[in-house]
Amino acid sequence: MAGKKKLPLSGNTAIAYAVKAADVDVISAYPITPQTTIVEKLTEFVANGELDAEVIHVESEHSALSAAVGASAAGARVFTASSSQGIALMYEIMFIASSMRLPIVMAMATRALSAPINIWNDHSDFMAASDTGWVMMMAHTNQEAHDDIILAYKIAEHPDVLLPVITAIDGYFMSHTIEPVEPIEREEALKFIPKKVTWSVLDPDNPVTMGPLGTPEWYYEFKRQQHEAMKKAREVFDEATKEFEKVFGRRYEPVEYFMMDDAEYALVAMGSVAGNVKAYIVKEARKRGIKLGLIRVKLFRPFPAEEIMEVISNLKAVGVIDRALAFGSSYGGPLYGDILSAAYTRGVDTPIVNFVAGLGGRPVTFRDIKAMVDATLALDGKTRKDVPKEPYFIGVRE
Amino acid sequence: MLFNYRMKSSYGEILPRDNNMIEIRFHGRGGQGAVTAANILVMAAYKVGLWGQAFPFFGAERRGAPVKAFARLSKSRVRIRSMIRHPDVVVVLDPKLPEIVDVYSGIKDGGAVVMNTPGEFRGPKGLRYYLVNATKIALDHGLVLAGWPLVNTAILGALARAIDIPIEAVKEAIIEYLGPKVGPKNAEAAEQAFREVVVVE
Repeated sequence: MAGKKKLPLSGNTAIAYAVKAADVDVISAYPITPQTTIVEKLTEFVANGELDAEVIHVESEHSALSAAVGASAAGARVFTASSSQGIALMYEIMFIASSMRLPIVMAMATRALSAPINIWNDHSDFMAASDTGWVMMMAHTNQEAHDDIILAYKIAEHPDVLLPVITAIDGYFMSHTIEPVEPIEREEALKFIPKKVTWSVLDPDNPVTMGPLGTPEWYYEFKRQQHEAMKKAREVFDEATKEFEKVFGRRYEPVEYFMMDDAEYALVAMGSVAGNVKAYIVKEARKRGIKLGLIRVKLFRPFPAEEIMEVISNLKAVGVIDRALAFGSSYGGPLYGDILSAAYTRGVDTPIVNFVAGLGGRPVTFRDIKAMVDATLALDGKTRKDVPKEPYFIGVRE
Repeated sequence: MLFNYRMKSSYGEILPRDNNMIEIRFHGRGGQGAVTAANILVMAAYKVGLWGQAFPFFGAERRGAPVKAFARLSKSRVRIRSMIRHPDVVVVLDPKLPEIVDVYSGIKDGGAVVMNTPGEFRGPKGLRYYLVNATKIALDHGLVLAGWPLVNTAILGALARAIDIPIEAVKEAIIEYLGPKVGPKNAEAAEQAFREVVVVE
């Protein structure tokens, strides 16, 4: 634990410290659990004179993101944050922000969607945003949550990208959990992400119209360019994380591999549950001689299909943990859908099975993880035709 | 001593026993500062070279209602992220709580209970009790907010004795967390509790 001074910070506070270090100009947000304390801390920074930013108190999340769009279009470095129903209410504007190519950064403390009302954690809100054209990543330590904000501005404002970015943490499991974090100071942050307007902005001297009618003659080209920008985001993510490591000494990959060197089986997961799987691998699986590893997807959009498939193609069987459901889909959980498409297009035959777990804050226990490992191991020697067509619903009362 | 510490730090040799992790559950009432106590504990643990993680019960809390907070201390990064069901140590901030909440739920055999109590106390057998009158200590130091004695820092002193975290680290963390205005008298309360705690087996 050598190095710089660490502070015990919650995931939310860690994010607020990073936003302060990024010296944002405008914060526009509406309170919602479990995100609230991010903006609470930021308004405290502003009130104390530690951060010179305009805080826009709005009447809804729809307005929060609308104001963020306006401020970003005026050339401001903008931040917002939300969860669950708040994300749902932002949904309309999320497409607009990405299509207008505005480098807004939004932190998401993930939470289940109503009904019934549930303030606890799953990935329903995050996954609902997966086709909105935002770059999306999910952390699994508070340090990573902090660093992701700095990385997010680096990627968002890159002239080849110019897309908004979501950095997510799991509600409560991270948003309200305190652990040591080494905060990045403003000076070093701003060397890494200098404040420079790299995108088209509104300028009274050179008036332009942004986001006007896109007729059939033009609309399609906008979408095609967004697709390209998303591909560029992947290149820029790799450059940015390399530079980040040089400056700050911490390395982030689009995919984190845990005990995968000699692994024969793997679970694929995102967010806090990855920590529980890691603990299970060390304390249980490996002690029983099961060569199990973890593949943690950090970057979700653009989806790092190549590297995941490169690893999965050498395994005997794989289980994918989803903390959301894609109702009526041909697969089950949204992460599983992405993994399956990647496997098909890369010709990977490894049997891959789906687990849905931890919806609405239901704990994912060692017993649950053991059930997943057992079902994954049962596919050893089988082909993909033998994979169950329905996900396993882990930890639910039938 | 409850734990067999081995890790080197500026404070000496410190490390939790066998599985290298201590899991602690705090029981208090909304407004008593159980969550703050857990946070300060992590800060103190970090000062002596341990990794820590603290979090509240995930839900909606109300002032006066029974609440829970959790902490894990470990010699290495804490990977697991879930509420604690089988604590090594239970900390009870309100002496009346055991009458309405099963504060011993899931506690490990041979575990420790740090209890704020005005006098003698009897709980289930097989546990080690660290008894301290944190309410009196808080009142003696003028630690009162909105008519309530703030017992969370005093109880931390007793907890420091139970898990063998140096009281100096706890005091430093308290002052750092609460600031120079109220920090020092809270640190004194912790130290007094550390001295006065009675161990009953």
